[in-house]
Amino acid sequence: MEFLKQPWPWYIAGPLIGLIVPILLLAGNKPFGISSSLKHICAACIPANISFFKYDWKREAWNLFFVAGVVAGGFIAAHFLNGQHAVKLSADTTAVLKHQGIKDFSGLLPNDIFSFRQLLTLRGFVFMVVGGFLVGFGTRWANGCTSGHSIMGIATLQWPSLVATCCFMIGGLVSTWFILPYLIKL
Amino acid sequence: MRNIKYLIAGAFFGIVLVKSEVISWFRIQEMFRLQAFHMYGIIGSAIVVGMISVFIIKKFNIKTTAGEEVVIPKKEFSKGNIFGGLIFGVGWAITGACPGPLFAQIGSGFLVTFVTLLSAIAGTWVYGLLRERLPE
Repeated sequence: MEFLKQPWPWYIAGPLIGLIVPILLLAGNKPFGISSSLKHICAACIPANISFFKYDWKREAWNLFFVAGVVAGGFIAAHFLNGQHAVKLSADTTAVLKHQGIKDFSGLLPNDIFSFRQLLTLRGFVFMVVGGFLVGFGTRWANGCTSGHSIMGIATLQWPSLVATCCFMIGGLVSTWFILPYLIKL
Repeated sequence: MRNIKYLIAGAFFGIVLVKSEVISWFRIQEMFRLQAFHMYGIIGSAIVVGMISVFIIKKFNIKTTAGEEVVIPKKEFSKGNIFGGLIFGVGWAITGACPGPLFAQIGSGFLVTFVTLLSAIAGTWVYGLLRERLPE
């Protein structure tokens, strides 16, 4: 139990995440993927006569149960497995972020960006609202996210998923090195 | 009720995402700054385990719990893999969360990230609206 309460190293966490691929396949032929849930939520709540959202989303309800489980898992980890703590971040990253203006390193997310009070500032708006929009728009256009393409897609040797994953990385690198320094200063 | 098993699988995924700090904005920054192996180790070993699992399923013709043949849906290439991929990458570095961790962040108590999720849903909706005018 003590072990579970420590942060889990990559060589434990990665294989456990990889096991979700066969778990979902054997449980009912479901492909591992998260971003489709956003599409199903649109189809269920705001289809607005758009052909892209006109399908029987109830047939894909498993995916909504899956993401509801992810929320529940987040709750369990935070409340019963000591999941809220400072990250043992590399000293280089800490130094760069401090230099850029991040002050709060006490949790998994910096409070000086991700908080309800920050939401009313330009910086908070860009990080949460604009950032979230890009994640939703981008994953749907790319037809998948890190789970659907990078893990499920590459694990099943599908080259379009490798292309998508390379583009995720290029976008993230450009964003981190050339855009974020300005956004953090907003 | 047959969907409960997916709820449990999701909870398992959510716990791992929090306990390995994948939901941390800091960890994503560290990854894109190439200053730690942690995230690469997680994604890389997840791919390897997924690959071996699928190989075993195919090799021994393991059936689903309902006795069906395991079918892996084919991912067709589109230009969206590139353009959408780049856009998602930019957003991933900003929010520090891909869609899975976004759900786990909310559960773990960062309630403000619910706003990020709503905005991601809005982004998905706008994609649906503009789809016919975007290169596929």
